[in-house]
Amino acid sequence: MATRFHLLQGNEACVEGAIAAGMKFYAGYPITPSTEIAERSAVRLPQVGGKFIQMEDEIAGIAAALGASVAGLKAMTATSGPGFSLKQENIGYASIAEIPIVIVDVQRAGPSTGLPTSPSQGDYMQSKWGTHGDHPVIVISPSSVQECYNLTVRCFNMAERFRVPVIFLMDEIVGHLREGCELIPPEELEINNRIEGNITGMTYAVSEGNYVPEFAAFGEGERYNVTGLFHDDTGFPTNDNTITRNQERRLMDKIRMRRDRIMQWEEKDCEDADVIIVCYGGTARSVMGAMEEASKMDFLKIGMFRPITVWPFPEKALEKLSKKCKHILVAEHNNGQMLLEVQRVVKDNCPVSFIGKIDGTTLTPDDILTKITEVY
Amino acid sequence: MPSKLIEKTMRVNRLPHIWCPGCGHGILMRDVAQAIENCGLDPDKVVIVSGIGCSSRAAGYMNYNTLHTTHGRAIAFATGVKLANPELTVIVITGDGDATAIGGNHLIHACRRNIDLTVVVFNNNIYGMTGGQYSPTTPHGEKGTTAPYGNIDYNFDIPKLAESAGATYTARGTAFHVPQMIKLIENGIKHHGFSLIEGLSVCPTYYGRKNKKGSAVDMYNWQKENCIDAAKAQKMSAEELEGKILTGEMSRCEKPEYTDMYMEIIRKCGGDK
Ligand code: SF4
Repeated sequence: MATRFHLLQGNEACVEGAIAAGMKFYAGYPITPSTEIAERSAVRLPQVGGKFIQMEDEIAGIAAALGASVAGLKAMTATSGPGFSLKQENIGYASIAEIPIVIVDVQRAGPSTGLPTSPSQGDYMQSKWGTHGDHPVIVISPSSVQECYNLTVRCFNMAERFRVPVIFLMDEIVGHLREGCELIPPEELEINNRIEGNITGMTYAVSEGNYVPEFAAFGEGERYNVTGLFHDDTGFPTNDNTITRNQERRLMDKIRMRRDRIMQWEEKDCEDADVIIVCYGGTARSVMGAMEEASKMDFLKIGMFRPITVWPFPEKALEKLSKKCKHILVAEHNNGQMLLEVQRVVKDNCPVSFIGKIDGTTLTPDDILTKITEVY
Repeated sequence: MPSKLIEKTMRVNRLPHIWCPGCGHGILMRDVAQAIENCGLDPDKVVIVSGIGCSSRAAGYMNYNTLHTTHGRAIAFATGVKLANPELTVIVITGDGDATAIGGNHLIHACRRNIDLTVVVFNNNIYGMTGGQYSPTTPHGEKGTTAPYGNIDYNFDIPKLAESAGATYTARGTAFHVPQMIKLIENGIKHHGFSLIEGLSVCPTYYGRKNKKGSAVDMYNWQKENCIDAAKAQKMSAEELEGKILTGEMSRCEKPEYTDMYMEIIRKCGGDK
């Protein structure tokens, strides 16, 4: 029996997590810095009876994955900024047609081709608002290789249970980071599957005690229609304003009403902190470095608030902390995106400052400590 | 009263359809259903995938597993369905714009892979749903709302495009020539590999009106006079064939199919155990 502990890259751990979660289909297009996810999926999937296909473009990658999901397989696609932009339309399709899928975005720097191999968190807002129209979405962001493994499982669980696209918002830092990672076997993990059922003509009706419609894979005897048009409970298009309003509300509510179950975050040394740093993903590594350095010298007490579920944003928890601490510093590898959410939540409870980087280098612990001395 | 075929293969409660009077799409949709029937397929194992446009609305009326996707992406979705479960018969219904403009890349790559999909292109030579803009199959010199002075683009020959991209079965039929069209689709479904069947449709509302083609009846009569079976055409002179459109089976060859080859990889990796 091989050891459970491996030295892995974040991108590789993501694939292992996906396979543990039951991924049986991957379709994608090569793009730096996410390519290792496609490469490892190509090796691993046929070994477990799954399918890998390299498609002709990014749009086809998500489209084929959605097709496979409708045929009953747990499916994933991965990309980076430019490809994430291209996939947006079909993310909306997954939302309205309620097709489970995991989309990994290993963020890189800049708009357009930008800096393809450099770290960034420039897609934070896009991960929520990228596709047109109001839609529900869950976005999860890992800070370590172990989290790349564990949280990919969580992404699949959420996608399958809520029948939504779940975005795994990685960044170049965690994607290419190598660390020890425990490959926890599926038997020891919580694995959720879509709620399968007998839909008999009412494809999108929600039965008593459920919060999403039950699912039947194509080919299993329930012949039904899937469309990106607004549809009624039978799955057929409608222009009826009341039905449309109710469907839209149900789509949003299935996430909104269960936010407390969905949201995860980490609070580190926040209890008596003077300054709380809000950060996520790879940036948390710089923040933890800063905290360690600060603890070795005579410095202010620093805490870290790290949303793991970055959408929906864990607002109540942060609001509470903002009433206790003296200052909040938001650290991101962008020009201030989560900053806007933090300002919205914190209001006048305490001052909010920002430190960011967009030049392709990473924030250092020193950058962060210097900023604190400047603003506090 | 709907006919037996319609009752069996269509979602009668979703009818009447949204197509204009005289539109060729309804005929072509019926041809697809008849071809599925002729193949004796279990409807539970048939998947119809469509994109966006007049033609793609067909999926919603047909009583199979139907996936009405985003504009141009039907073939990419269908690729996922087929690879996920090769036991399903996957048929794509798409239009000229959907398949060869916005979805052109997916079309040529699916041809290249020789994945066992049957793609039926309802070619109305125009963008109907958006009101008559020129498409990649609007003939050179003809008009659309966005080609008010005549189309200077050259049009695609869809079966030729598919054949050169690697499709292993290509054919062309028309809305007028019903028995031939049914047979061509039937053969496409039976063919184990990527099949493309172009169905020349009739759009009296936009293509016809913009280009002074007369009534819907005139347009069907035009198909009757000008579309010649390729087998018959062999015996005709170049003069007689001037301005005519060839129909029938255009090409066919045998090549290993994509999902078969992938299943072989799974076996080699021990993933089938
Ligand atoms: S616009 Fe043309 S193609 Fe569309 S339904 Fe009307 S006649 Fe048919």
